[in-house]
Amino acid sequence: MKPRLAQKIAFAFLLLATLLVVLPVLVILLIIVAKGASAISWDFLFSMPRDGMTAGGIFPAILGTLYLVIGAIIFAVPLGVMAAVYLVEYSSDNWLSRLVKLSIVNLAGVPSVVYGLFGLGIFVTFFRFGASILSGSLTLGIMILPVIITSSREALESVPRHFRTVSLSLGASRWQTIRHSVLPHALPGILTGMILGLGRAAGETAPILFTVAAFYLPRLPQSVFDQTMALPYHLYVISTQVPGIAENVRYGTALVLLSLVLLLNLAAILIRSRFRRKKKW
Amino acid sequence: MSEISIETRGLNLFYGDFQALIGIDLQIPARKVTALIGPSGCGKSTLLRVFNRMNDLIDGVRVSGQVIIGGQDIFAPGADLLGLREKVGMVFQRPNPFPLSVYENIVFGLAVHRLARRQEYGGIVEQALRSVLLWDDLKDRLHHSALKLSLEQQQRLCIARVLPLKPQILLMDEPCSALDPIATLHIEELMQKLKKKYTIVIVTHNMQQAARASDRTGFLYLGKLIEINETVNIFTKPAQAMTENYISGRFG
Repeated sequence: MKPRLAQKIAFAFLLLATLLVVLPVLVILLIIVAKGASAISWDFLFSMPRDGMTAGGIFPAILGTLYLVIGAIIFAVPLGVMAAVYLVEYSSDNWLSRLVKLSIVNLAGVPSVVYGLFGLGIFVTFFRFGASILSGSLTLGIMILPVIITSSREALESVPRHFRTVSLSLGASRWQTIRHSVLPHALPGILTGMILGLGRAAGETAPILFTVAAFYLPRLPQSVFDQTMALPYHLYVISTQVPGIAENVRYGTALVLLSLVLLLNLAAILIRSRFRRKKKW
Repeated sequence: MSEISIETRGLNLFYGDFQALIGIDLQIPARKVTALIGPSGCGKSTLLRVFNRMNDLIDGVRVSGQVIIGGQDIFAPGADLLGLREKVGMVFQRPNPFPLSVYENIVFGLAVHRLARRQEYGGIVEQALRSVLLWDDLKDRLHHSALKLSLEQQQRLCIARVLPLKPQILLMDEPCSALDPIATLHIEELMQKLKKKYTIVIVTHNMQQAARASDRTGFLYLGKLIEINETVNIFTKPAQAMTENYISGRFG
């Protein structure tokens, strides 16, 4: 085959592969928007469900998902970043750091329903938090830890070595060096990990199934020890467990969940790009 | 010799099993420029990094012997490492300002050591920049990124960055190797100005630079200090044949 022809064919295939990646995303978005947009209204977003969830809004589920995501982030980001700092900045290659790295890889491979069972066993039963926002947040937090640790590690490792050398040569302590010369420059990467974790925590159903999610609650949660409704579980419930729910309500709920995740991502991306602009090397 | 700033006695340094410095005894006088020369891998940079203990960062480094700075053995148990690095500033081979503004680069050390109050920063920044002859160029660009400066300006800034700590000693590890010849001359002139206040130790590959800019020169080879003397003597009548061979370009 002539090289030029081969090149054309290769190029065509690569382009096709790329388009195939984009296609499902577009189709999913289109279907959800087309079928769900008609359900979206002020009332749908900000009122309680009525008449056995066939009417009214999904406000408690939206709020519940926000609580859970925020709870998971509050728990997982500090822990994950600290673990990453330890691994990158302090630990040498010993059995402990190898064990930690191995655990992270395994943690990332655990199916989400197993996290749910784990959360049920540890937080709900053993620590007696009950089925509550606290249990659910902690379970989701553990689930997103590997993402946060891995991306934080990459971010820390990509900070040029000489930032540390110079800082130490100026008499800064190890911690001051990390605090002032490493972490600020790793922040964009750490935020990226947070974004990924956030999206995952908002969308997962299995981990919250046993630990927090309620089928239906007549009122909003009052404390972290209350159960809450949550969007992914609510979507499952109205799609399969409750008969006679209009299609546009189901797709509308999916649209809200999708938009919520995109909105949270957008916020994080904006914050990240602001940091990026300030920190360039 | 006048006041001694750095003294080593029987200094040995090992990277694992490899001995990089062998029995170094030397005295470095205060407020003079001392150059360390020798072929690549002779240990001159390692020796320089002993003086602010930057070798500590490398796994498997062991040091024996004494290094006395300010009357104290810097390797004695309980020696104040951060205080040492405050007293002994370092300028690196490549200009390496932080990706912060000019101003933030200079106050970094102050903030770390809590040496001054915030109101005093402005004056200290000006003084540091004046010392390296950058003030007139940069006084209107203090809050611009340091990475926008020319390489020479960046290297000057890196020198200015250590000055607010009021160091006694400046270690320079081939500070001109990333600079063009004109910038190199400018940095050398700056060294002549700075040596009135600071003891300067410079590692250089460039023998002309050692000859031009230093008062004393030490020649290292394979981890040993072969000879250290007044620069004039080293370059005109070296005591050791090996030194003569090196500076006349017969090896290295």
